[in-house]
Amino acid sequence: MDLSMKRFVSLAVAALIVGCGGGADDTGGEAADDAAGAGETAGPVVNPDSAGTITGVVSFEGTPPAPEPIDMAEEPTCAEKYTEPPVKEAAVVSDGNLANVYVYVKEGLPDLDFPAPSEGVTLDQTGCHYVPHVLAIQVGQPLVIKNSDGILHNINTQPSQNRGFNISQPVEMETEREFSTAEVMIPVKCDVHGWMEAYIGVQDHPYAAISGTDGTFSLENLPAGDYVIEAWHESFGTQTQNVTVGAQETQEITFTFSGEMAGLPVPLGEPLVLHADHAGVK
Amino acid sequence: MRRRAIPLAALAVLVVGAPVSAQEAAPGEDVYDRWCAGCHGAEGEGDGPAAGTMLPRPRDFTTAQYQVRSTPSGALPTDADILHVIDEGMPGTAMPGWKDQLSEEQRQDLVDVLKGFSTFFESEEPAEPIDAGSPTGGGEEAVAAGREIYEKIECWKCHGRQGRGDGTSAPTLEDEDGLPIRAADLTEGWHFNGGSSVEAIFTRFRTGMNGTPMPSFSDLIEAEVVTEDELWQVAHFVKSLSPETPRVSEVVRAALLEEGELPTAVDDERWSEVERFYVPLVGQIIEEPRWFAPSVDGVWVQALHDGEELVVLLSWNDPSRSPDPAWDEWTARIEAAMSGEVLPAGAAAVGVADTAPAAVDSLPAGAPADPAVAGASQTGPTEPPAGGLAIGRPYDSLVVQFPTAIPGGMERPYFLMGGADDPVYLWVWGSGREGALEAAGHGFGDVRPLGGESILTAAAEYADGQWRLLVRRPLSGPEAEHRLQLGPGRAIPMAIFAWDGSNGESGKKGSISTWYFLYLDRPSGKGVYVWPALATLLTAGLGLALVARAQRRSREGADVT
Repeated sequence: MDLSMKRFVSLAVAALIVGCGGGADDTGGEAADDAAGAGETAGPVVNPDSAGTITGVVSFEGTPPAPEPIDMAEEPTCAEKYTEPPVKEAAVVSDGNLANVYVYVKEGLPDLDFPAPSEGVTLDQTGCHYVPHVLAIQVGQPLVIKNSDGILHNINTQPSQNRGFNISQPVEMETEREFSTAEVMIPVKCDVHGWMEAYIGVQDHPYAAISGTDGTFSLENLPAGDYVIEAWHESFGTQTQNVTVGAQETQEITFTFSGEMAGLPVPLGEPLVLHADHAGVK
Repeated sequence: MRRRAIPLAALAVLVVGAPVSAQEAAPGEDVYDRWCAGCHGAEGEGDGPAAGTMLPRPRDFTTAQYQVRSTPSGALPTDADILHVIDEGMPGTAMPGWKDQLSEEQRQDLVDVLKGFSTFFESEEPAEPIDAGSPTGGGEEAVAAGREIYEKIECWKCHGRQGRGDGTSAPTLEDEDGLPIRAADLTEGWHFNGGSSVEAIFTRFRTGMNGTPMPSFSDLIEAEVVTEDELWQVAHFVKSLSPETPRVSEVVRAALLEEGELPTAVDDERWSEVERFYVPLVGQIIEEPRWFAPSVDGVWVQALHDGEELVVLLSWNDPSRSPDPAWDEWTARIEAAMSGEVLPAGAAAVGVADTAPAAVDSLPAGAPADPAVAGASQTGPTEPPAGGLAIGRPYDSLVVQFPTAIPGGMERPYFLMGGADDPVYLWVWGSGREGALEAAGHGFGDVRPLGGESILTAAAEYADGQWRLLVRRPLSGPEAEHRLQLGPGRAIPMAIFAWDGSNGESGKKGSISTWYFLYLDRPSGKGVYVWPALATLLTAGLGLALVARAQRRSREGADVT
């Protein structure tokens, strides 16, 4: 081809790409009134008459590792708030139930747009400790970062798919941020208090839940269909299950983690796609 | 011949020409491969062959986390930000500035190469730079106000009360890869990444430093916790902590105190009037094991003598008073980081209890036959055996080195602790024992106390990330093998070594300087005024006599005619 023909073809290809790759659609759907975060009713996007529910328990087999104590001597303001010595939350097991497991719909959702709830999810720093320890949030939903301690904390997020941030809160205050891309999971740390850690799971849909101390979780208002549900835990890794939900049906599932799973690599975000090829070389 | 050559040539081109010619490579790639890949890696992942020797590690461009920017925390840098770092380097790291080495075009091309390593530049909106505006305020008032805010928003948690990086949170700091990272020593502005102007410091507050624990403070302005003016005050305060780039002088002058007593205390007020000299130190990278993450990077020296006795005050920054249990974790992390194995991202700190101490190349003290003088290697924070030299880990140490006799010319012993046949005379101080010892060095592995009574008196104090050590010695001491006799008016070679025990330093793993000189001022006799005056009078007199004689001659000549 001669040069001008080449140019025309590149232009045409470019036009095709630009035309076909849509921008972010604004569905205009209203957020559900009582949507307090992911895991709540999805609002008018999904018809409740044709939706089902997945509930379940995350259990733990065997003896859990002993909780690691935290030495807060360097921060007396926080240390004195504890009547019992504070411990890390790497494995919170009670009566054979595992808490802080992030359970979410990994595959199978129909092609719907779930608008981000306008009500935020709060990450609080209290007693030099993040509450909650694991947090579910939607793309574009506000993350409200709160300093209830009134002493210096910095909030340092280290995602691999999203752009993170590292911000300072030296007094009681609130700051808002949001994430633009689904990611499982984004670690959060405070550099001033090195023992503080939390994890944030981001989805572009509301079907994610965190297991409580009783191990239970619930994903409601799911459109009927076949799903892959994944459970993520910071110390024991991930597990998946295939679940089919019919309209007005409730499916119960169980995930079981055990001590042997500790030490396996725990995924934190998909590996980044490395740089695009250089023009023609390598 | 010709007919066969053409197909042969074609074959050669096919084989040899298969790799793409330089004209098809993206601009800047050949520059990157030549100058950058050695540290930053062929694919920009920060894993070049030299990367393991550096702390902080060379940047991994694939994550697009840039420390020095004009854009908000977490955001991508602008092209100008990337170019700025290529031009000026990162003075707190091994990254040099390239503006004198590469042309503007080459550097601009490199910006595109670096961006090409990460898909974030394609998927993310370009970030808006923060408009810092011009500095407001300044002067003593701003500095004082800035200090108050520094206290209030608790910068000292990491940076320490006097800014020397010795805060209570400092020992556990990690960068984005989980590697140990230091809170900047704010008293050494020449090492600030991004520069040490008030504008640069303020911009760092606004943007934070991605990939490091240093957060952004912009939200505080929005939340009306501080105003922009107040942040400028903090910037003025931080700027005030560093002297201008210290003047490094080859000769450290010991002024002559003509009247009164020499200071004997570290905090004697008169030290503030004595000239300060800066002796920069670097990691010992000449003899194995080489040390690329030294703690101490310079010593300030002040010296006075009165013709009988010399007193020297040495001050240096060290974030820990070793041994310090709060820094035990750091010691293990530094050893792991510098062991040649790069820690996986987000690796947790290794507990000291789990880590067998690395084999330490230490300075064995004393002749082997003397059991009272034990080796300096330590496996934990224990007391040194009585008489032991206790140099380095777990203690902080400082050694001042001299030749054993003032040389006549420029010859000096080997600067790394002397040699077998050319020993050096040492003053040895460690935080594990009182006072200072005299010793003789015959090379790094062979340092022996002089024995007999030490003629050194030493006192050391540690406060807010700084050691101050005062050493006193009579100029002439009793004759002893290897003991240097001091005197005024001569250039006496001098070198300094330092170790931060909590940084895992001892023996060859420490900081060193090259040979400088110590010069003790000679008393200025009255002759200094008399001889030049006499010489002037004599010259003037002779000159006048010559002129007078010449004038007489010409008058006589005129009369004759």
